[in-house]
Amino acid sequence: MKVRVSVQLKPGILDPQGKAVEQGLHGFAFEVEHVRIGRLIEMDIPGSDPAEVKAKAQAMCDKLLVNPVMEKASIEVL
Amino acid sequence: MRVAVPVFPGSNCDHDALHACGTVMGWDTVPVWHQEARLPENTDLVFIPGGFSYGDYLRCGAIAALAPIMADVKRHADNGGLVMGVCNGFQILCEAQLLPGALLRNESLRFIHTDVHLRVERADLPFTRAMKAGEVFRVPIAHAEGNFTLEPADLADLEARGGVALRYCSAKGEIGADHVPNGAMNGIAGIVNLKGNVLGMMPHPERAVDPKLGPTGGLGMFRSLEAVFARV
Repeated sequence: MKVRVSVQLKPGILDPQGKAVEQGLHGFAFEVEHVRIGRLIEMDIPGSDPAEVKAKAQAMCDKLLVNPVMEKASIEVL
Repeated sequence: MRVAVPVFPGSNCDHDALHACGTVMGWDTVPVWHQEARLPENTDLVFIPGGFSYGDYLRCGAIAALAPIMADVKRHADNGGLVMGVCNGFQILCEAQLLPGALLRNESLRFIHTDVHLRVERADLPFTRAMKAGEVFRVPIAHAEGNFTLEPADLADLEARGGVALRYCSAKGEIGADHVPNGAMNGIAGIVNLKGNVLGMMPHPERAVDPKLGPTGGLGMFRSLEAVFARV
């Protein structure tokens, strides 16, 4: 099954990239605030039970995809 | 004294480490390719060098932390062996969970290459024992992700247990946000684990040891290690 893992910096963790992009957008006169940049990981995981597949993706987050000191993830089974 | 320097694809300070430990200090120093399963027999110190291991993919140090050699580095550390990680080596030790915390992008967003002053917070460690607590030394930094971060409660724990080995400071040893180049919490430049045998730091002492190449502010740390092994 196709799985999408969205990794975001935790609230409160400084996101200099987001800040720089926000400033760039302000340069184009866009009204925008709280720009945060994360990472989107897509993958195929074998299985047909969405709950089981989600659990596998969660295990991958715990092992490698997410650093819990600074990041959190949300998992979407498509 | 035998030093192993793990080399990952993208390491670029491995030769600085080999030069400092091997040529300058005269220690038996060997590079070890990341695919090796074992450190050389009788390794006393593992020196994890700086660089951009695996192109900093995913997160700095995240992929290197999974390299085969790191399992043996963990075993070495668990047995009380000394491990020192500099710059990317520090990031790798954090990702390998040998040290707490994470290194985020510098507050300024920029790669910073400059000299900094460090204050010795712990002078009882194998890495610092030839220096005095409060002593100030000057070494270079060169990094884009050196902004040390930890959850507030974990930061308090780290401070309380004396886990901070080195702090950014002024030339006179004053502490404060003005002297922190990268936004690191509490001005933390280097930390140690609970047992005091694993140290990670962003600055590069190995780049400041050879009088032929310039200042030698980093020598104190190498003399400290030498003092440890002179007794072995």
